[in-house]
Amino acid sequence: MNDATDPGSSSAGPAPTVQVRIPTILRAYTGGATVVSASGATIGDVIGSLEAAHPGIRARVLDEQGSVRRFVNLYLDDDDIRFGLGLQTPVTTGATVSIIPAVAGG
Amino acid sequence: MTTVLSTPAPTGAAASGIDLGPAVALSCRECGHRVDLGPFYACTECFGPLEVSYEFAVRGQALKNRIEAGPTNIWRYAPLLPVPAGIAETRNMNPGGTKLIRADHLARELGMKTLWVKDDSGNPTHSFKDRVVAVALAAARQLGFSVLACPSTGNLANAVAAAAARAGIRSVVLVPSNLEQQKILTTAAYGGTLVAVDGSYDDINRLAGEIAAEQEDWAFVNVNVRPYYAEGSKTLGYEVAEQLGWRLPQQLVIPVASGAQLVKVDKGFTELGELGLVEPTPYRVFGAQATGCSPVSAAFKAGEDTVRPVRPDTIAKSLAIGNPADGPYVLDVTRRTGGAIEDVSDEEVVDGIRLLARTEGIFAETAGGVTIAVLRKLLAAGRLDPDAETVVFNTGDGLKTLDAIAHAVGPTATIAPTLTAFEQAGLA
Repeated sequence: MNDATDPGSSSAGPAPTVQVRIPTILRAYTGGATVVSASGATIGDVIGSLEAAHPGIRARVLDEQGSVRRFVNLYLDDDDIRFGLGLQTPVTTGATVSIIPAVAGG
Repeated sequence: MTTVLSTPAPTGAAASGIDLGPAVALSCRECGHRVDLGPFYACTECFGPLEVSYEFAVRGQALKNRIEAGPTNIWRYAPLLPVPAGIAETRNMNPGGTKLIRADHLARELGMKTLWVKDDSGNPTHSFKDRVVAVALAAARQLGFSVLACPSTGNLANAVAAAAARAGIRSVVLVPSNLEQQKILTTAAYGGTLVAVDGSYDDINRLAGEIAAEQEDWAFVNVNVRPYYAEGSKTLGYEVAEQLGWRLPQQLVIPVASGAQLVKVDKGFTELGELGLVEPTPYRVFGAQATGCSPVSAAFKAGEDTVRPVRPDTIAKSLAIGNPADGPYVLDVTRRTGGAIEDVSDEEVVDGIRLLARTEGIFAETAGGVTIAVLRKLLAAGRLDPDAETVVFNTGDGLKTLDAIAHAVGPTATIAPTLTAFEQAGLA
């Protein structure tokens, strides 16, 4: 697995830094990196940080109203953010955010 | 090969040597973005689910003749599926052709006029999952995968392990470690790799997606070949229509886990109308969930068009998907057709299993109990028309979920082996 550091996130000052797992579908925006660093106090901020470093990602993950697209699952470590506060869910340094397309079928 | 590519495949199906019959492309259900056939499942534009698009070569009476001359399994509908023309001759489980049973006794008990049970427990591994896996296997072969895999709540585990054994390829199946013992054993018996994971189905589904991104020659039937897999459920709709004499019922009650089955039955009915095989008469689709995992029912009742995930807690484990990917489309179909979605308690599920068994001699797994219980609940509430011809789906065999009813049924009496004891027990 490739690790790539997001240079854009270093300007976020004291905001927590997290690792973001990038699905195959979005790796064109990260130069093929499967994990990138990003920063922000909340999941929403983290996505903003991702967009700054990798333009184009935000529009794939969020819709025109700024809501998470309905076939995108965002996880903070093991928890779906919809079980938390959605995009307002706070993050802590060292956490992992995963972006995963929604698929299911028993 | 990768599971989802960032850019569309560079060549068309024909040019790349992929033979998936009438399938011509994958298109996004959300935004319509179109890509060539390949191992893709999520739209590169919006993450929406990709769906198979077709150009059907045969229609009307010619298609009907061809279907009726076909084998008594799902491959009679091969002209409508993403499979190669010679699919019936390949090593596969040949699922489908299950019975549509006229349920007069159950209808009478519920005050209904005409009720049918589509009993898909008659499939090779005793659930409807054999249908979808057979189509997924065909696609996996065409797309060059060498391993058949899945995350499962049990029935899919059985179907994948058996289909891989028949096909002579490796299977890797992930299941929740707290799954019913019957479903663990009936998967392990086929000899593939079976991984019991300490987590919920939704945890395992997420894990499967992550594994699929790394294991490039693994076809996770319900992840990276999901667009093809899901099409297999159309055959439930085709069969019901053909078994009714090429016409559509007025009402259907269908269990909802991921929601794909309900959505694809509707797609199948729509195609039959468009292709001139049935009169496109109106029908109402009703979805059935267990209250302990009812995110789609909750969204329906709240009037919402998105589904908020839940943490499942129900004996209906085959329906225990807390984050159902096709939930929004289930809402679309039920609302468009004038149907509804209802949920029932675990106690009602057990009552539903017993009611169907007692009246029709059909022993359903918990999902079937959910469906029968929802049928009864909707009738009692006046939301289902008792005079309209209705089809309910039993999608799995009760032998797979014996634990669910072990507390509720047993011998009428236990006696000594004498006639006196028999008579004294009042059994004559």
